[in-house]
Amino acid sequence: MSDIRDTAVSPADLAASEATPEAKPVRRDRASWLWLLNTRLVLGLIIILIFIVGSFVLPFFAPHDPAQQATYMKNLKITPAHWLGTTALGQDTLWFLIFSIRNSLILGIFVGLGISAISTAIGLSAGYIGGAYERIVMLIVDSFITIPLLPILIILGALIRGNNNFFTIGLIIVIFGWAWNARTIRSMVLSLREREFINMARFSGAGTLAILVREVFPYVSAYLVVGFINTILFAINTEATLAVIGMSKVDVPTLGSIIFWALNYNALFTGNVVWLVAPIVATITLFLGLFLTSTGFNAAFASRRGVA
Amino acid sequence: MIRLNNVVARYTTVRGSINAVDGVTLEIPDGCILGVAGESGCGKSTLMKLIYGDVTSPMSLASGSIEYGFADGKGRAITSDNIRDVWFNRISYIPQSSMNSLNPVVKIGKQFVDFPGSDPDKKRVLAQVREYIGKLGLPAETLDAYPHQLSGGMRQRVMIAMATFFSPDLILADEPTTALDVVVQKDILLLLMDLQEQMGNTILLVSHDMGVHYQVTTRMLIMYAAKAVEYGDSESVFQAPLHPYTRMLISSLPTIGDDRARDGIPGRPPSLWQDLHGCRFADRCPLATARCRAEEPMLVEHKPGHWAACHYAGELADRAEAA
Amino acid sequence: MAVILKTTGLNKVYRLGSFTRSREIRALNDINIHVESDRPVIVSVVGESGSGKTTLAKTLLRLVEPSSGTATIYDNVVAGKGVTKLGRDFLGAVQPIFQNPFEAFSRYRPVDAYLHETATRVAGLDKAQANDAVAEALAAVGLDAVDVRGKYTNQFSGGELQRVSIARALIPKPNLIIADEPVSMIDASRRMIIINLFRKLKEEAGRSFLYITHDLATAYYISDFVAVMSKGTLVEFGPAKEVMSNPQHSYTRLLLDSIPTTRTRWRPRAAKAA
Repeated sequence: MSDIRDTAVSPADLAASEATPEAKPVRRDRASWLWLLNTRLVLGLIIILIFIVGSFVLPFFAPHDPAQQATYMKNLKITPAHWLGTTALGQDTLWFLIFSIRNSLILGIFVGLGISAISTAIGLSAGYIGGAYERIVMLIVDSFITIPLLPILIILGALIRGNNNFFTIGLIIVIFGWAWNARTIRSMVLSLREREFINMARFSGAGTLAILVREVFPYVSAYLVVGFINTILFAINTEATLAVIGMSKVDVPTLGSIIFWALNYNALFTGNVVWLVAPIVATITLFLGLFLTSTGFNAAFASRRGVA
Repeated sequence: MIRLNNVVARYTTVRGSINAVDGVTLEIPDGCILGVAGESGCGKSTLMKLIYGDVTSPMSLASGSIEYGFADGKGRAITSDNIRDVWFNRISYIPQSSMNSLNPVVKIGKQFVDFPGSDPDKKRVLAQVREYIGKLGLPAETLDAYPHQLSGGMRQRVMIAMATFFSPDLILADEPTTALDVVVQKDILLLLMDLQEQMGNTILLVSHDMGVHYQVTTRMLIMYAAKAVEYGDSESVFQAPLHPYTRMLISSLPTIGDDRARDGIPGRPPSLWQDLHGCRFADRCPLATARCRAEEPMLVEHKPGHWAACHYAGELADRAEAA
Repeated sequence: MAVILKTTGLNKVYRLGSFTRSREIRALNDINIHVESDRPVIVSVVGESGSGKTTLAKTLLRLVEPSSGTATIYDNVVAGKGVTKLGRDFLGAVQPIFQNPFEAFSRYRPVDAYLHETATRVAGLDKAQANDAVAEALAAVGLDAVDVRGKYTNQFSGGELQRVSIARALIPKPNLIIADEPVSMIDASRRMIIINLFRKLKEEAGRSFLYITHDLATAYYISDFVAVMSKGTLVEFGPAKEVMSNPQHSYTRLLLDSIPTTRTRWRPRAAKAA
């Protein structure tokens, strides 16, 4: 037995010595997340963190319900009492904005989770199980993909105008938004299915569910993280677009609805530019944060793929 | 004569840098077929890249130089600084995977004609090429085909044709037959040997297959952990290897008809990330002594034309001769 | 005498192309193999790429369904009529070793997880027994369970990983281990470690092997029987020493002729001045 045993070498050497100089050195400290951090990702996370903490924590300190009209004098300029002035409806712009950001984020996260859960389950199962099941499922997926979301939402909005529950919008976005991710995940699973370790797992006695969860899922998890963040972006964007054209429940403060009200009350002409500009800047910054985080994760995962 | 003067090839990464080739000094005479052997990670591919002049970040020629012994069209001596200028003219390269080297959407003929610095009269070049590939056993229709329409053996012949068309002085072949079937491999190797005999150029052949080395080469270079450990005439290296690693390498390969017990070499080469002292093979060498671990053996000519980097090579050579 | 491996009229046809214009590829063409023995054997299937040897391995492992024909491994019908249900019975009788050790394990899981899974799910052992079985299997391939525990694929060399792979295949004590090009991705100087291990496991643990390879030299070294395949057809079969020293089929002769050995030269070396 001992004649075929390798001499004991430390793990770092084990990995490095076998590697050709071209291969990147292996980091074996899995507990440390340092490999994740690159400038883009850090910047994006900081932005998002500020938005999340700000919009979820600050509302507890709000003096009044910011949506309530005629609380203050109309169209006030920036003063120490009102950091962004007031709106034409007598609301404090800053507090309204904070609540809007919070609601938009809630919607985005809710939709993101919903879409991720559904598309993952469907994509994983369709890709792995194959056969008739896959064909039927992909038929449904492709049908959903080709349905354009915005016109549907506009039609639905026009039909049940005003009676829109805020979360109905979210639900509809989920229903019409899950298909694209499902197709991508299914493609990933199709190629994973051919890999040797799947067969190894089968010969180790693993069943279909165990294989999907333990073997396949880790390989798609990188995509899922990026996909989740992109979905948040997509959801907030869609809701904002709807709100701006008045299709959403504009009583509820969201980024889109602020812009809607500001446009409706001709903020530019009345000189209350801040009312319009502030939410736009906030939206752009939030999207920037989400985008940076998404591409930052992507870059981090891609750099890791080169290893091992 | 190609001279390698203490060349060091360094890979610089975020984590640090390693010397994939760590001080190799050799003289390669013209007209020989030099086989370079060693396990993965020993530096043989890096050495090829270095000699070919394909030195791009993160790899760099950290120190040392290479003199090629031939001059370019203008009479300038070629060294590691300007070797790139004479690619395909004086020096060429046959890669392992022809499928990765040929443009899959361009016909073979066009890929020949696309060489920089070749005759601007495309028709004339094509005629010459057509004639040339006929000599290599390829039908003229090859030029009108796409790479995927040819078999692996034919594609590799195309690569050899491209590499030898301008009759370069030096041809580097990195595992040229590894991806081929054993029957096709024999044809390709015989072709290479024929061409070498006709053109009298020098061929550097990297292969993990010692059988290929035995059949094809006139000189052998054995590398281990970025160092050259044995260098000499093929016959001499195979019949009476001086370095323990070479001996173990040759005896680890089974041969048909030979029923002797064979053993793989246990253990692994040392990590190049560490600071290495002494002989790099000491940990796996059955003959290692304290001197081996402390003092690095230099490549010494123990027999005429046969170098080895081992403190005990001389003794072992004498013992072998006496036996 | 136990029938270790028997295939009758095994065929596999792939159809390429579309509805209107398709092409047939006969990956396996009427393969008939019969190996009977009282003692464990190593059968090598040698051939070049495209010979069908990998398709044969996949068919016997039930990763691919044959177009027609039957195959039996010991008492298990693995292909064709009466095929035993794909479950513990099959997995406990036939186990694979794959070509690329780094691909054989997920890089997100510690490799010993697969060994434990095999012990509990296929061999049906409880946790304590499983630990022992895993340690025993690893010891049989020359590895210490302590060195393997909790480690991921990139912490091993190719040779070590392949040995872990072999250990995993040993755990359910299968009748036949099918090794598909198990050493072609391992450094040449370390291949014999694995090859010698196969022989040792045959002799000491009583495991039979089906060794798929393009390398005739290693096949010669350990096989009891050799099957030579070319373009989907079995061209020669017989005891290893006989086939190698006295090949009957022209293809086998061609194959043996083309191997670059370190014994006789294709071209005599003219005495060249160095």
